[in-house]
Amino acid sequence: MIELKNISKTFKVARRNAGFREALGALFRRNYTYIQALRDISFTIKDGEMVGYIGPNGAGKSSTIKIMSGILYPDSGECIIDGLVPYRNRREHVRNIGVVFGQRSQLWWDVPVIDSLELLKDIYDIDERVYKNNLEELVELLNLGEIIRTPARQLSFGQRMRCEIAASFFHNPRILFLDEPTIGLDAVSKIAVREFIKKMNREKKTTVILTTHDMQDIEAIAERILLIGRGQILYDGSLSELKTRNSKKKTITLEYDGSGRFSPCDGIALVSRVDGHAVFEVDTSVVSVQEAIKVISQYADIKDLSVTGASIDEIVVSLYEELKI
Amino acid sequence: MKKYISFFRIRFINGLQYRIAAYAGVATQFAWGFMEILIFKAFYKENPHGFPMEFSQLASYVWLQQAFLALFMLWMYDNDIFLSITSGNVAYELARPLDLYNMWFTKNLAVRLSRAVLRCVPVLAVAVLLPEPYGIAPPVSLFGFFMFIISMILAFLCLVALSMLVYISAFYTLSPMGVRMVAATLTEFLTGSIIPLPFFPEKIVKIISFTPFAFMQNIPFRIYSGNIAGSEMLWGILMQLFWVIALVSAGRLWMARAVKKVVVQGG
Repeated sequence: MIELKNISKTFKVARRNAGFREALGALFRRNYTYIQALRDISFTIKDGEMVGYIGPNGAGKSSTIKIMSGILYPDSGECIIDGLVPYRNRREHVRNIGVVFGQRSQLWWDVPVIDSLELLKDIYDIDERVYKNNLEELVELLNLGEIIRTPARQLSFGQRMRCEIAASFFHNPRILFLDEPTIGLDAVSKIAVREFIKKMNREKKTTVILTTHDMQDIEAIAERILLIGRGQILYDGSLSELKTRNSKKKTITLEYDGSGRFSPCDGIALVSRVDGHAVFEVDTSVVSVQEAIKVISQYADIKDLSVTGASIDEIVVSLYEELKI
Repeated sequence: MKKYISFFRIRFINGLQYRIAAYAGVATQFAWGFMEILIFKAFYKENPHGFPMEFSQLASYVWLQQAFLALFMLWMYDNDIFLSITSGNVAYELARPLDLYNMWFTKNLAVRLSRAVLRCVPVLAVAVLLPEPYGIAPPVSLFGFFMFIISMILAFLCLVALSMLVYISAFYTLSPMGVRMVAATLTEFLTGSIIPLPFFPEKIVKIISFTPFAFMQNIPFRIYSGNIAGSEMLWGILMQLFWVIALVSAGRLWMARAVKKVVVQGG
């Protein structure tokens, strides 16, 4: 159980204009601005939930993760995770959590990955048998066979990230914080990572909190999303609800024969048309999808047709716009 | 405890991988050792009795210093630690159920020891074979040798505890170069790495003896050659113990404060 109540955090940032004079001046007098990274953040996450934490860059996602993983002290507010205050009881707290910071590495650069894992075994006092089991399981699930005997520096990015994720799982954490775990991964690795996270959540009831800019991650993993912008929680709810709320627009794509001279009408707009391939946008608050297809089919012989709702990316962008963040 | 040992092990193994660096280091140490001994020889030729140490004692001092350079030179920092602070990777270290001070202390011990192990053997081997009075003389007594070992360990801990303060300062300055350079140069001079402390003017030695610098390499190397013995030796070792405790406590307190204020950089 994760509980955040009225968490606020401000950072002090030294700012100056460009140029030599300014740089010299800054030696004697620095101008600080205060950036309120988090203002009055409150939410609760129950055991076994998978939560996607999204928001534009600089919204405060990482700061929240750092507070929840005991690295950062908030200025005010209260954060209690399984009865512990992360930043006050850091060492007890971090025993129960796993973290992956997608832009950093926890593996030892010059030695084979397996050495790093052995070290984790000792750091977390993992039982030999548990370690062996986990190793076997993780190697299989994340396809790490040969990889773990290679020094981290010689691994590809995708291989390394899979190792990082494995490394965060050895001590069977109850809560897993993933800060942009799929950043820079190719499609295959992304899917492997997502499948793995889902499986762990299902089988071990691990609570997963994941920040990402990759909306497919969210779609694949998170049942609930928290949207943060300018340090405030702007949306907290299920993904499907967000989708229905924001998917008044449908896209109809079709392949057709014939001249295809469409005359636009209310609620249906032609987006593009290139040799027998056309894309329409339908505003379902004006005309239903069925109506729209009827109208379109009057103008051409339809060979193929597909209807799609707004992608999650588009929904998020429109949400950002709507909330002005 | 086990976790720190295993941490020590991985860092030690990691350190042993850099063999070429070690060979290059050994070559440098020989060059330095010979040069220092030859320079001092020139002075001793003028007046063999005008100096606070006998020439053979001095030669032992120089060779021990060259052999164990990695243990006692502040400038041999562990760059990983600076990097982890400035790049923000320290986030991962804070996300472990470990005490950051102990972990870094252990890391330092391991890095320095691994470097020393690779370098000391060839230097010591050659220095033992050198003709008297240019090489390392055998230890003056079994007891003296025993005390030398104890004093070596304390001096090593003392230096690492001092270096911890430099690392922690990186939490505040972000570009640790300035503090690193000043601390390294000052320490090198005041611990007797450039010129053994007995060669300093008496008043200055007196002042230095109120600081931890006088209780690093100065004590064990002089115990080895019998330059200090008896009550002076015991006092030295006691003071070493005091400074280890004092520096470690100061470092721990400062670290606790720094970690509270820490702002992990980036992302």
